[in-house]
Amino acid sequence: MNDTKIAAPVGSRSAGDRLRWALVDGWTVTRRDLLHWARQPGQLIAGLLFPVVMVLMFGFLFGGAMIVPGGGNYREFLMPGMFAMAMVFGIGETVTAVAHDASRGVTDRFRSMPMAPSAVVVGRCVADMLKSTITLFLLIGCGLLMGWQWNGTAGEAATGIGLLLLLRFSLVWMGIYVGLVMRGESAIMAVHTLEFPLGFLSNAFVATATMPLWLGTIADWNPLSSTVAATRELFGNPGWGGDSWIVQNAILMAVVWPLIIVAIFFPLCVQRFRRLGQ
Amino acid sequence: MDSTEFAVTAQSLGKRYGKAWALKDFNLNVRRGTVCGLLGPNGAGKTTSVRILTTLLRHDEGSARVAGYDIATQGVQVRHQIGLVGQNAAVDEVLSGRQNLEMFGRLYHLGARRAGRRADELLEQFRLTDTGKKAVSAYSGGMRRRLDLAASMILSPPVLFLDEPTTGLDPRSRNEVWGAVRGLVSGGTTVLLTTQYLEEADQLADRISVIDSGTVVAEGTPGDLKTQIGGDRIDVVAHDTETLEEIARIMERVAGGQSSVESDTRRVSVGVDNRVPALTEVARALESAGIAVEDIALRRPTLDEVFLYLTGDGTDSSNTSETAQEASVR
Repeated sequence: MNDTKIAAPVGSRSAGDRLRWALVDGWTVTRRDLLHWARQPGQLIAGLLFPVVMVLMFGFLFGGAMIVPGGGNYREFLMPGMFAMAMVFGIGETVTAVAHDASRGVTDRFRSMPMAPSAVVVGRCVADMLKSTITLFLLIGCGLLMGWQWNGTAGEAATGIGLLLLLRFSLVWMGIYVGLVMRGESAIMAVHTLEFPLGFLSNAFVATATMPLWLGTIADWNPLSSTVAATRELFGNPGWGGDSWIVQNAILMAVVWPLIIVAIFFPLCVQRFRRLGQ
Repeated sequence: MDSTEFAVTAQSLGKRYGKAWALKDFNLNVRRGTVCGLLGPNGAGKTTSVRILTTLLRHDEGSARVAGYDIATQGVQVRHQIGLVGQNAAVDEVLSGRQNLEMFGRLYHLGARRAGRRADELLEQFRLTDTGKKAVSAYSGGMRRRLDLAASMILSPPVLFLDEPTTGLDPRSRNEVWGAVRGLVSGGTTVLLTTQYLEEADQLADRISVIDSGTVVAEGTPGDLKTQIGGDRIDVVAHDTETLEEIARIMERVAGGQSSVESDTRRVSVGVDNRVPALTEVARALESAGIAVEDIALRRPTLDEVFLYLTGDGTDSSNTSETAQEASVR
């Protein structure tokens, strides 16, 4: 039965074959996003420029008025915050893409095809991680041009970059879930109401020590703050450290928070995809 | 069930949401190589049944086979045998038509080269070659729908499901889609098509199942269904509105049944059993009463009348619905 090789039912394949097709199908779905970038380079560039503009705005426009507690250059303080913010803002793209596919029936078309069921989310995840990685390196370049630098070892810097991408990875699953639950335009509104408090109620732009105590405590417990504080520490930038437990264990929490987010939202995504069939 | 004879069989399918049954005791047999029209009002269960038969939705009761495979236990095999065109054109707006087809081809595991070749074949088959490289967002509604059809035909599946394929299309685009569907059927594809448009069912379907409140309430050829509501009708168009009542009285006397009157078109209609004698008698009676008429004709009931008669939908305020309602009194 040589001709069945082309479209053999997935069910009849071995586990190895299934894994191989899951990877191939996942790549095909990822490739779709890469084709989007190629067809709409303007959108890609605009998406990449947004965080750069944010950096310039905060670095130069507001930077003069900002004082880093304990001394230090505000731009050095700012850059880890900007890196993490870019990871948070990426969630908007995840939600938009997922909600759009679900409301336009593209998700249903995928589900009616004999492809690997995981490919839809794997493709989404890989494409979003690629985009965020590009954004992050662009911002690092931008920071270096503005006089930001890392003062630690290369290994510490790599760990910092890893923690930032881990945060983005966890937010992919949050984004997929939100996109599946709230379809269409309401999803995009939901994201904006989600990402602004998550982004600004943190230590990304302002030291939490300058906030009222209750607000500063909330900001300290914001998962974003842990990632920002951890990367400041790893990059050797000013503005990290403090008295509270959450601040002192920033690197630990920069791992724990994303894992908690994944532990919550990954099962919810799986359940939501199953519920599409009920 | 003989899987060589029927491409789709459903026995007592049921789907429940909470306490409400979206589908209840749903039976369907679609003969291989034919077009079955699933006709029903909004919310009748058309989309639910298509989603169940295409394995997108799990059913709670009954069983169904598509292309010989059980939808509950052999979902993957079913997905190899079907194409689905949903209510939205489920294609990527940013990609070109060709890139869409190539992507779906890869996901059907054709491999990159074969997927590309198949994309070109399909673009030609669905007359999209000229626009194959343009972004889908620049396509017309009809072109999008044809691309959607093409994407469903990548593996040349023996069974194709079309869920309201022409909803929201202008008449020209609709004709394009109909042409594409006819082309597929002549190539041997079995088509299950849902529609709210009677004309569409009449044009495309070999057999029609009328569905209402989740159950098939009638089944047959378009001709069968038209016969089912009482055969032919006589229509008389009055010259002026004052004579309508008089005409109605005469026609009811001749036909022995309830007539229906549409005053804005000055049309009186009544169902008859003895076709030509009744027509002659009506004409003679009108003449001897001295009533001038503009038109008098014998016709078969329209599918609209059949549909509204069967689904008992009196909320529709169109004139045809009144006609059908009154016809149903007989």
